Amino acid sequence: MIAVIDYKAGNLTSVMKALQYLHADAVVTADPATVFSADKVVLPGVGHFRATQRLASSGLTEAVRASIAKGAWFLGICVGLQWLFEGSTEAPEAPGLGAFPGMCERFPAGIKSPHVGWNSLESLRTDSKLMRDIATGGFVYYTHSWRAPIIAGTAAETIYSSPFTAVIERDNVMGVQFHPEKSSTVGITVLKNFVEL
Amino acid sequence: MLTKRIIACLDVRDGRVVKGVQFVDIIDAGDPAELAHRHAAAGADEIVLLDITATHEGRGTLLDTVHRTAHELFIPFTVGGGIRTADDAAAVFDAGADKVSINSAAIARPELIDEIGQSFGAQAVIVAIDARRATRGNEPIANAEVYVSGGRKPTGRKVIDWAREAEQRGAGEILLTSMDTDGTRNGFDCELTAMVSDAVQIPVIASGGAGNAEHFTDVLNGGRADAALAASIFHFGVTDSRALKTALRDAGIPVRLPC
Repeated sequence: MIAVIDYKAGNLTSVMKALQYLHADAVVTADPATVFSADKVVLPGVGHFRATQRLASSGLTEAVRASIAKGAWFLGICVGLQWLFEGSTEAPEAPGLGAFPGMCERFPAGIKSPHVGWNSLESLRTDSKLMRDIATGGFVYYTHSWRAPIIAGTAAETIYSSPFTAVIERDNVMGVQFHPEKSSTVGITVLKNFVEL
Repeated sequence: MLTKRIIACLDVRDGRVVKGVQFVDIIDAGDPAELAHRHAAAGADEIVLLDITATHEGRGTLLDTVHRTAHELFIPFTVGGGIRTADDAAAVFDAGADKVSINSAAIARPELIDEIGQSFGAQAVIVAIDARRATRGNEPIANAEVYVSGGRKPTGRKVIDWAREAEQRGAGEILLTSMDTDGTRNGFDCELTAMVSDAVQIPVIASGGAGNAEHFTDVLNGGRADAALAASIFHFGVTDSRALKTALRDAGIPVRLPC
């Protein structure tokens, strides 16, 4: 079962529609026990990083931490990827999970922000489970103003002014900055890869 | 590399796609869900559905149309028309929209931009501006005016000022329609688009006047638009996104070509 975490950040409709299209056994939940018992967890997220504070206050952060520790697959989408880092300058008072080192920062002044539209995936790590069957140069849909740094766990990059982490992956912990549920066939392949893990 | 977006727009009335020239002479152009999926398959980067009736009585029909259109549509989907409150926006998001486009209601009460942005994120709010060049004075573009009510009612506000306010209030994108060029198929208003695009740091979608691929090239280059929207050019087989994007690629514009 896939637990799709509802923490009142944006809407989950699109993510659920895509998972249902793939015939995944997915449920929307805000219950820490349900999250902990799932063998896969998806943390969607659009909007402000501040919203992730609700994860901490509702016990979901600890449920996710325990879930990852016992080996469940985790996929963070958009702000859900950023949350895997130490935090974001968008809401410095809200710590991230800290599964990966570094802070998310805003795109520099002088380029249009949010970064909206279809941009290409570059520097794909060949050992990535999430990026299986995805070709370098494949286009995915982004809409965000903050981005995660390139680190050892980066499994794909995208360039907007400078490179940022498009995909992060280390063992069972994964995240995508783009919206796979809105990225046509490339995005559906990414979600399929996750569903089939 | 970030590509320029081609957005297919469906004007919907009573659950059917319609097209008129400068908002009159309306004719039937098909089923919204069917057309949206056809556009997506042909490589459109996004779908915008505008409810041009936008009456209170028609909300149920609209939500049903949104729900049907969003089904298995895996590209961004924007809905506009008749969204006056954050609750209206929430209903549209629940039905499957990814973004909302607000126009007259934002002019009437600009705080609506902040409210929807705070609840659903700036990326979910497109402020649509219907603009006309000023007919008096020496600077028709700098003094271009915002119109509402389907382009019928002048507001007395300058387009550039309203675009900047929308950005400050947290809009994620501007959808700029030139009422002068809309429906003419003679090309976008590139100068107006360039002025707005330079005045804000958020993406600008150009709309109104698409007739051929060169018009798109002009507005995405000289007009400095981040995306361009077209409706009637697609509906009647003039061209589709695949043909259009191939032409744009050949003209040196970065686009996402469908597989």
